[in-house]
Amino acid sequence: MSLLIKNAVIINADKIYKKAQDILIEKGKIVTIGDSLKKDGAKVVDAKNNYVLPGLIDIHVHLREPGREDKETIETGSKAAVKGGFTTIMCMPNTKPVLDNCMVIEAVIKEAKRVGLLNVIPIGSITKGQKDEDLVDMFELKEAGCLALSDDGKSVVNSQLMKMAMQYSKMTGLLLIEHCEDPLISSGGVMNEGETSTLLGLKGDPGISETIIVARDIELANYLDARIHFAHMSLRRSVELIRFAKSQGIKVTAEACPHHFTLTDEEVKSFNTNTKVNPPLRTKDDIAAIKEALKDGTIDCIVTDHAPHTQEDKEVDFDHAPFGMIGLETSVGLTVAELVDGGVLSWPQMVEKMAFMPAKIIGLENKGEIKEGLDADLTIINPNEEWIVTEEDTVSKSKNSPFFGRKLKGRVKVTIYGGKVVYEE
Amino acid sequence: MSEWTRHDLLDLKELSKEEIEMVLQTAKSFKEVSARDVKKVPALRGKTVAMLFFEPSTRTRVSFELAAKRLSADTISIAISNSSLNKGETIIDTAKNIEAMNVDLLVVRHSCAGVPHILAENVGSSIINAGDGCRSHPTQALLDLFTIKEKLGKIEGLNVAIIGDILHSRVARSNIWGLKKLGANVTVCGPSTLMPVGIERMGVNVSYNVNDVIKTADVLMLLRLQMERQKDKFLPSIREYAKSFGINSSKLKDAKKDLVIMHPGPTNRGVELSAEIADGKYSVILDQVTNGLAIRMAVLYLLLGTKEQAPVSG
Repeated sequence: MSLLIKNAVIINADKIYKKAQDILIEKGKIVTIGDSLKKDGAKVVDAKNNYVLPGLIDIHVHLREPGREDKETIETGSKAAVKGGFTTIMCMPNTKPVLDNCMVIEAVIKEAKRVGLLNVIPIGSITKGQKDEDLVDMFELKEAGCLALSDDGKSVVNSQLMKMAMQYSKMTGLLLIEHCEDPLISSGGVMNEGETSTLLGLKGDPGISETIIVARDIELANYLDARIHFAHMSLRRSVELIRFAKSQGIKVTAEACPHHFTLTDEEVKSFNTNTKVNPPLRTKDDIAAIKEALKDGTIDCIVTDHAPHTQEDKEVDFDHAPFGMIGLETSVGLTVAELVDGGVLSWPQMVEKMAFMPAKIIGLENKGEIKEGLDADLTIINPNEEWIVTEEDTVSKSKNSPFFGRKLKGRVKVTIYGGKVVYEE
Repeated sequence: MSEWTRHDLLDLKELSKEEIEMVLQTAKSFKEVSARDVKKVPALRGKTVAMLFFEPSTRTRVSFELAAKRLSADTISIAISNSSLNKGETIIDTAKNIEAMNVDLLVVRHSCAGVPHILAENVGSSIINAGDGCRSHPTQALLDLFTIKEKLGKIEGLNVAIIGDILHSRVARSNIWGLKKLGANVTVCGPSTLMPVGIERMGVNVSYNVNDVIKTADVLMLLRLQMERQKDKFLPSIREYAKSFGINSSKLKDAKKDLVIMHPGPTNRGVELSAEIADGKYSVILDQVTNGLAIRMAVLYLLLGTKEQAPVSG
């Protein structure tokens, strides 16, 4: 089965190819990139007027299966992902049961393969049951197919345990992803602590709950010469610490979410529980810092932290609503509208943040780039199309988005995974 | 006087100075009703008022209930524990069920900030916020403003100090809005662990020294120290709090002669204030309770009453 993409304006992390070319795909690989390619019997996709990007990679997604299939399943999450232009996603282990052993990991991989829309890589937990007590069996999880581990939803609070996790991650090559939050300091906070939380009488989570763990992990990584990846960075101070760590040659990488570079804590004034997210929406100054950090490379990649919740779970008071918002279907549109159009990132830099660097960070050698011989994972985007986010248009099983009604730019037209068209608008 | 147009009373932040003064003025006429032999007017005859209390309360609920009854409204009182809500029925469902019985007004108290706002957006009945989490308690602030005006003849230019656990206080937040709108100088005073971040942006002074504050104060508004908060260790000890922030006669030796001391109740005698102060000449704590009834009558009347049913003749 061959696929021929005509008139492709290719964008890689290093450059935008001004002249349109054709891409010939066979057996799931990019075979030839050139002018006026022909192939008998090949399915043809015309990419005229669109950009062709390496398949996008989101290393921070919650699929809720097993356990909360009423919120999302591997199947519905896969559909939302390919609609959003993603060809690889990593799903977080805070399911029921927790993804802390090879049997559950294998079950997730098996179901994802049955769905077959994209590459789903489960992230194992760092501690058994995410209980912050015992490390998971890391060699076994690696063998089962994990590339990274995280206790996402919370930090590994026990510093000694985190130290040993890093020692083991060095030995196994598994990436550790830290959700940075000292729970004794955030202590039940439901939004960013500041003027707005004071005004609203809602319990604030001060930014130091995040930065204390960032600083601690930088120290651990430095001491052990180990790697650490920081999930969903939300604060100027976190970014400054990471910039410092990188300047010292410490092996840290970091990600940021679209909602943390588009929305401030003032959104909470509506008491819309879809604005309740962890880490919380911060301030204008933090948004500016996240943008600078994306521009100068302090933050390596953009992730969604797609966190589906049912209407019943969200339609309660702000204190009791669960944290999280969906994001797979709005990530490209928000990134193009806010960062590319906003002059923060060029198109190649956007590809760097959404495909190239994520592939590098988790070690996917055949992805993240459009190059002969690599996997034929491609995302075709109309860069100029403006569109409005609506609930009706959302395919994720949950509809908890604060972005309904917002105008975005950049529309995913076709998603190709392993040489097959898995989504076409 | 301009006309009252609001459908709900959620927060003093959204009220104009004129609207606040209209409530105070209306309450003045209603205070007279409660002093009569027959303490009832037909202003809200045929209207139904439901007290929807998701958080336990005695005095506020009783005050609202009595206010509604003195206006001849029918009242029902529903106490709902938060735990039963977590199972299935959402808050909006609960309120819509009550609204379906054609209730005209819901008086809502909830331990979480924002619930009255969410209800106001989703149900057609008028909503009065009777306290939501740490956010807002508008009728308390209105009755406090009424009491200050009654005792000192004005509010503009007065130095009002709010003392205690500012962080968790909806009484403080509502009073700050009301007092600022009417031109008072507001200082908040309490332990630094109980002082919310960014409070000065609300236009108040922040002090950690009660003795400094007392010297210039016209009004001391003491807040209830919720003992259950002590499990979070905000204070080294209650004893030390009482010593450093509690009001007693020795602390008042440099106070103004016509100082007014207020407390929203219930008081912890020996903590926020000594018994001699609570029962002493500066205290207006019981006047606050009496005025609370008049304020709640005024608010109910403004939200539900029609022009044909004037509160009192003349």
